[in-house]
Formats: sequence, C-alpha cells, structure tokens
Amino acid sequence: MSDLAIRVEELGKQYRIGLSPTRYSTLRETLVETINLPARIKRRNNAEAVDRIWALRDITFDLKKGQVLGVIGRNGAGKSTLLKILSRVTEPSEGFAEIHGQVGSLLEVGTGFHPELTGRENIYLNGAILGMNKSEIDLKFDQIVSFAEVEQFIDTPVKRYSSGMYLRLAFAVAAHLEPDILVVDEVLAVGDAEFQRRCLGKMSDVAKQGRTVLFVSHNMSAILRLTEEAILLDKGRLVLRAKTQETVDYYMSTGYAQTGERIWEADEVSESARPFRPIALRLFDQRGRIVDTVRSTEPITIKVEYELQAGITGLRVGLYLMTTRGEYVFTSFDTDQPEMYERFSVRPEGHYISSCELPANFLNEGRYVLGINASSFRVKRYFQDEQALTFTVDVAGAPGMQWPENRLGPVRPALDWSIEAQ
Amino acid sequence: MVQPAATSEQKEEVLILKPTRGWGRLNLIEMWKYRELTYFLTWRDLKVRYKQTVLGASWAILQPFLSMVVFSVFFGGLLGVSSGDVPYPIFSYTALLPWGVFAKALNDAGRSLVTNRAMITKIYFPRMVIPLASVLSGLVDFAIAFVVLLGMMWYYKIPLTSNIWTLPFFLLLAMITALGVGLWLSALNVLYRDIGYIIPFLTQLWFYLTPIVYSASEVPERWQTIYALNPMVGVVEGFRWALLGTSASPSPMVGVSSIVALLMLVSGMFYFRRMERTFADMV
Repeated sequence: MSDLAIRVEELGKQYRIGLSPTRYSTLRETLVETINLPARIKRRNNAEAVDRIWALRDITFDLKKGQVLGVIGRNGAGKSTLLKILSRVTEPSEGFAEIHGQVGSLLEVGTGFHPELTGRENIYLNGAILGMNKSEIDLKFDQIVSFAEVEQFIDTPVKRYSSGMYLRLAFAVAAHLEPDILVVDEVLAVGDAEFQRRCLGKMSDVAKQGRTVLFVSHNMSAILRLTEEAILLDKGRLVLRAKTQETVDYYMSTGYAQTGERIWEADEVSESARPFRPIALRLFDQRGRIVDTVRSTEPITIKVEYELQAGITGLRVGLYLMTTRGEYVFTSFDTDQPEMYERFSVRPEGHYISSCELPANFLNEGRYVLGINASSFRVKRYFQDEQALTFTVDVAGAPGMQWPENRLGPVRPALDWSIEAQ
Repeated sequence: MVQPAATSEQKEEVLILKPTRGWGRLNLIEMWKYRELTYFLTWRDLKVRYKQTVLGASWAILQPFLSMVVFSVFFGGLLGVSSGDVPYPIFSYTALLPWGVFAKALNDAGRSLVTNRAMITKIYFPRMVIPLASVLSGLVDFAIAFVVLLGMMWYYKIPLTSNIWTLPFFLLLAMITALGVGLWLSALNVLYRDIGYIIPFLTQLWFYLTPIVYSASEVPERWQTIYALNPMVGVVEGFRWALLGTSASPSPMVGVSSIVALLMLVSGMFYFRRMERTFADMV
C-alpha cells in the first residue's frame, strides 16, 4: 500500500461564462440557437476565448498519508474548485486526481438539514448524506449530541434552534465523520468566536489522529496552527508549495500595493456585492501622504472609499487588522459608535469615504495586514477582502527605543508611568 | 469518470477522477451502496410532507378520494361516462391510485434536483438517489390510499378475482414509468429551467391522455396501439383488470405500454448519468 493519499496531475477545470446571465438556458433559447447555428459557428471562432475561463489549470501536487496541507489564495483563485473536484462534486476538464482512501468533505456545515425535522432526525439525515451508515451514526449519536451541547433540544425541530445551536449541531455531525482523507473548506468562516475555537480544536484533533487533511481557509492563524505545509493558488494556478509560514509570508507580501493603496478593479468585485462597490483602501501618514510605512510615534489615517449604487440600511464598513503572522489585532466598524450608528443607519446612494485614525504609540513594530469588510449584521455580507493592504510600522524614536530589543505583542502603547519612592 | 485503479496487496480503494467522455457507465452497483441514503431521503420527504399538516397522512387518502367524488359527480353523473360493469366511483378511484404515484414523480421528482441544489453542489453521492427517493415516497402514499381502496371494494361488494396476483406487476410498471419520467425531467430541468414550468401543464395533459375518468375501450380499436404508447394506459387498465376484473385482458395495450416504460427508464438512466457530471456546475 503506497503512502500516497492524493496525487493530482495537471488538473484543470474550465467553466463557461454563459451567453445568458444565468448559467442555465431555457428550451426556447436552445431552439433559437440551433436555428442560428450556421451564423453562430462563425461567431464562435472569434468569441471562443471570452466564453470560457479556466478556474484551475495545470495543478500538480501530491499529498502523503497523514499530512495536513493548507490551501490559500485570494478569492477566486480556485481553492473551492479544487476541493469540489477532489470531493467528486464536479469533474475536472483535464488532467486527473488519484485518491487513495475514503474522502470525507466538509464544504459546508448542515448540508441537507431540514428545518422541520428535529435535531435527532437531522443528525441521521445529515450523517447519511455525509456518507455514514445508520449503525455508525447510532454508535456516535451520544458523542455528537454532547459535543454540540444540545441534549435538551434534541427532539425539537431545528427551525427553533438559535443560529449558534444550529451550527454546533451541524458541525458536530460533520466532525464525527472519520474518513481517511478530510477535505475542509472555509467551515470556520461562519459562527462566533466560540464556535470557531471548537472547530479549530476538533480539526487539530483530527490532524493529530494521523488523518490526511486538505484545508482551505482565509484564516491565516488557523492555517498556521493546523498545517505543516501549504500551497498557494492564484488565478487557478499553483504558485507555491512550501512550509506553511513561508507560503503565508509569500502570500501576504507579494502582489499587494507596496504603495499604501489598494484599488479594486470592477472585475475583482463579485456581483453579489451590489449595491456596495469598494473603490480603494488607503493609508495616510500625519502629513496626508499615502504611505506603506508609518512610524509608531505618529497617528495613521485609514480611508475606505466606496460607492453605493443604491441605498443600504444597516450597512457597516470596517477594518480588520492582522499581523503577518496571522494574529488578529482588532476589528472596527465605522458605525461602532452609537451616535454614528444612529446617524448612518440608512446610507443613501452615493460616493463615500469612511475614515478613521489609529492613534500614535499604538502598534508595535512589524508588518501588518489590513482587511476590509462591508456588511449588514446577520443579514448580508456585501464585500470582504481580508488581506487588502500590507504596511510596516517602524518604531524609530518610540519610547523605550533606548534599549534596542524586540518587544513582543502587536501593541506598543506609551503608557504614563509614575514612580514613587516609598 | 471514476475508475477503480488496480488495488495492491492490502485492499485499498483507489479512485481516479478524470474527465469522462461520452456516455459513461451506469454503475448501478453504486446505487446499492447508497441504499441507506435513499432510505433517509425518502423518509425525509415523508416526514416533511406530513409533519406540520393537520391532516397528516390522511392527505394521501383525501386527494384521490376527493378527486373521485368530483369525477363521479361530473363525469360519471352529469356527463354519463361509462364505467362498464362497476360503479363509477370505484372505477375512477382505482385509476387514481397509480396516477398519484406517477403525478408525484412528474412534479416532485422532476424538480427534485433543483430543489436539492445545496446538497448536489457540496457532497458526492449518485444523484439518481434524489429523484428515486421522490418516487419511493409516492409509493408510501399509494399504500395508504390502497387500504381505502380495499375498503371501497368491500363496500361495493366487488369480489377479488385471481387477477389480483398480477397487481404487483402493474405496480412495478407504474414505478418504472414514474422513475423513467422522473429521471428524464429532473435531468432536463437542471439544464432547461423552463421544464419546471411546463410540468404542471404536462401533468394535466397526461391526465387526460390516461384512461382515468374514462375507459380505454372508448378509444377506437385502430388507435389503441398508439394510445398505449402512453405507459400509464397499460398501468391503469392493468390495475382495473387486476382489482376489478373489468373487461377482457388488456394484454396488447399492456404489452406496448410495458415496452415504452422500459425504454423510458433505460434511456432515462443513461441520459441522467451522462448529464450527472454537469449537475453541480449547472444547477
């Protein structure tokens, strides 16, 4: 028995970007097109390139048994497509993938959950959908229920569950899947901090048990914690395979504006973001210049420029700040303050700039990543780009710099100390 | 296409995932492997349909029953449509039972893939399980309504003849027809979304092309073979013959209907399998 778990060779997946705005057609359209066939063939030869895109091209790598591989890349890089192919949900257009062992995929939690059925019934249903037999589910039933902490509500219809309970239960079932190869996609993107912590914990257990894991995430800190090696995908191609820290560093630092400014082109923003349209994210020093390196002793101004093509109620636009090691520093939204929240509960159509200032003597030296998020709490996430801009903080002249040492932690406040002789 | 590759000393499942060209294999053995999932999906369909309704399972009885009442009044009574030797109510009710299975397949199975798009785009399992579960759950409705039929036969004092032994065959024929149509429609609906809108109309049309409110003997002899190209003709006439002993054996029509039903099923399975690889991308 080989020690190979997955072998992927020159895998590619092509999608048609349809002639119609929707991917499917109607019979009427097809009939009309057939009649126009001669004219279409002529047109097709010219239009060929535009009609199709390669979501994945020329992907080659292997994964040995017991390895935990991370897959990172920007939105649209092809990560989910790769997982879908490996999960047999979709077929590759070229190349092949060789799978040794059973694959369990977690592309989403709660697949197949039906709101009218009780927790108990959904466990069986979801378990069966994920590929477990009834006897297996019977065996693990109690474990699943206690992991999800829904003992009291197990016989209540799931539509009565809070969103937290729902997620916990859905994850609990999926977590007790014990395949040889586990393929996980962004499962950690939903849920609160507690849920995410449990997900990470469980995934880390799975990895320690010696199963092979392929893990896609935007959460750099999770990727760093769980995986030994990672591959970076960009525009459907495999750009790098290396030890996780190296891949993450490469991902964070390349391709992003080294000029303190990140502008989004129209084709980088998905249709689902409408009516929100992000324009740019910029960093300014205290003299109002756009910079990518700031001094820790000076305040930093951050401006998010965007356009609303229609009014939105309850919109909040905010920032994530992370270190390049993947630790989150803070999240802050433009309507966090109650007065702002009230004043801007409805934002009419128009062009906007949301700006804020990071105080001086706040961040420690190092490289940071700024992400933006535009969403309406628990309603819709319009746009998110977790790694929009990278910048450097320089601590020259900061308090304490008389001792040239490396101070740990992302913050470096200048605190007011007083010393009294007693 | 998925190909089990050569296994080495220790039996290990190796799959090769690569682009399939052409028709692909039917691989019905895989359907057997996923039988538990089929069971759970059928059970889900039943539970959900009956859970929050006041009427619950009695809906399976009320639908054909109420239809029968309306037909008896208008077709049997007012229009005076002949029902042969048996009273009109039981004449139509007997036909409504297999029709129910078929109509459910047209409507539910036809739309089932699109309705379950969340599952199809996230998990692997042979997609045939979905329309199959729809059809099987119709079987349960049938069983419930059948009990009422037996009651009606007792009420109208209709003797059970030896023909009744053929009933399972006709039921099977109904299932084959339902599944064949279900597979075709569900696969087509993924590609051509207007199929979903055509289905109600198709159901109505098919209803009148099937001898439910009238007897097949009303159809002129020279047209009977063409008429029997509708597999439901064989099913319904067969049901009536098996249960009520009406008319002579309908074997020529049943023969034609059976062949058509089988062709529809086999072609449906092949077409479905062929289109299956695009479902996750198109649905």
